[in-house]
Amino acid sequence: MKKHHLLKVTGIVALLTLAACDSEDSEDATATNEADEPASGDAESSNDEEASNLEGTVTISGSTSVQPISEELAVPFMEENPDTRIEVSGGGSGAGVTAAQQGASDFGAVSREIAEDETGIEEYVIALDGIAIIVHPDNALSELALEDVTDIFSGEVTNWSEIGGDDTDIVVVSREDGSGTRDAFTDIVLGDDELIDTALIQNTTGGVAESVANDPNAVGYMSTGSMSDSVQGLNIDGAEPTDENIRSGEYPVSRPFNYVSNEDEPLSEVAQAFLDFILGDDGQQVVEDNGFISVD
Amino acid sequence: MMFQKVRNRKSNIEESVVKKILLIMALTSVLSLGLIAFFIFMEGLPFMFNYGITEFIFGTTWDPTNQVYGIFPMIVGSVLATILAIFIGAPIGIAVAVFLVEIAPPRVAKVIRPAVQLMEGIPSVVIGLFGMVIILDLIRRLSRGPLSEFLPSTYQTGYSVLAGAIILVIMILPTIISISADAIRAVPKEYKQAALALGSSQWQTIYRVVVPAAKSGLIAAVVLGVGRAIGETMAIIMVIGNTVLIPELGWESIFAPVRTLTGNIALEMGYAGPEHRQALFATGIILFMFIIIINSITIVLRKKEY
Repeated sequence: MKKHHLLKVTGIVALLTLAACDSEDSEDATATNEADEPASGDAESSNDEEASNLEGTVTISGSTSVQPISEELAVPFMEENPDTRIEVSGGGSGAGVTAAQQGASDFGAVSREIAEDETGIEEYVIALDGIAIIVHPDNALSELALEDVTDIFSGEVTNWSEIGGDDTDIVVVSREDGSGTRDAFTDIVLGDDELIDTALIQNTTGGVAESVANDPNAVGYMSTGSMSDSVQGLNIDGAEPTDENIRSGEYPVSRPFNYVSNEDEPLSEVAQAFLDFILGDDGQQVVEDNGFISVD
Repeated sequence: MMFQKVRNRKSNIEESVVKKILLIMALTSVLSLGLIAFFIFMEGLPFMFNYGITEFIFGTTWDPTNQVYGIFPMIVGSVLATILAIFIGAPIGIAVAVFLVEIAPPRVAKVIRPAVQLMEGIPSVVIGLFGMVIILDLIRRLSRGPLSEFLPSTYQTGYSVLAGAIILVIMILPTIISISADAIRAVPKEYKQAALALGSSQWQTIYRVVVPAAKSGLIAAVVLGVGRAIGETMAIIMVIGNTVLIPELGWESIFAPVRTLTGNIALEMGYAGPEHRQALFATGIILFMFIIIINSITIVLRKKEY
């Protein structure tokens, strides 16, 4: 029964390595992710028994932007390992780093690059978050510098001609307060600047896309994963908003989602298993399903 | 004799059971209203007191990220959109009702009446979608075209009080029409006959006798329309821009994007943190007050009528 259930959950990977699975009896997430090397499974079949009985609690605290994806990732993991618990709480990226440094949580969640002076922690990039700056398909511009985007959304620039476009006023479309996309955008683009207060507010990605698609003067932003042909995603600092450019770091309106852990304390068995699950194919599929960009 | 008694007792029991059941059902509506009110107030009231009622209601900045919660722009937005909607909708609605009851030949009325009823059944999202695609485009053309000299650039986007009001008109017309029609129908025939017998034309009869006689019913219809307009959410979010700004005074303000009280709650509920949520519940309290006041007016007016 258990084996059947696990096979279902592990999906494609399990199918691809069906032959290996036959000899491995029960598989858990950890083993599945290593199924590319069937040798390890075959050699240590006693290890599998132990792994499927994984129990314990993983605590994650920190960035509220990472919180939803952590919760989404926890669901399939806890389904596969019924005796485990993943506890996700907020607090902000800074609190995430502190929690990891002090060993207060298994993982601290950080939705930005780790600063040079944040030492004593091990970092794992679990996903990437990319934001496309979108305009109407008829907009003459196809490229902007990141500073121009900041100027537009903070209200310093209000006419397209100031940044090389037609002589029309810019209509800024934004997301509502509390939205993860707005949070990311504010983080990366605006920094300490305030969003222009005349911005139109839409509370869905579709709403923003619709507003921009219907107004030749509009500019908005949305997760790169949700882009459609009805709008045009601008190249920023010369880089197209593609998954590859975000992974390589060329496209600037993006940020990594990091898990950080204490450098001196080794991860608990269940924390390691959760991390392996996230970085494995199933975990990264969850990442993509939620509109973020997977890491290799 | 014996038999009769048994039957009487039986039907008595039956009657009291049915009465009780009906009473309980009637109480559920009161109870659910009470529960809703209780929870809204429980969640929102402590926040309002902590934050300061005056700052909350008259504060002009809404910035939950920095714990600033002033809902005055939303109150202005709701009131503006509703007033404009009534301004457009009430005359049309009453005119349609007069036409339906007094003027329209039965064959025409047979087409219009079901159409009005059907209009009431259209889900607000669908009307919103229509507004987003058609009405916004029209207003945008108007404000970027002939009106562009007079309007500030941020009022030229199409997302506006006017767009919201037009959507609201579509939604409140059926209410206004059906209640006005009832009021007009309730005017005693003798009034009309007397007016006609004295030699007034049909239009004079309607204008001088029928409409004044139905006045309180017509006002009740409009007030109910106001209630419906102020509570409308989904369609409004789609066309009104949701910008938290108080429009400039003057006729231009009908082209300004605003946010309504209902829109504020619906927009931000999804991701709100604890305090932010309480602020949204407090917004709900203000909305609740508006609705209570409006409904009280209707009740008073209706009492007058009978």
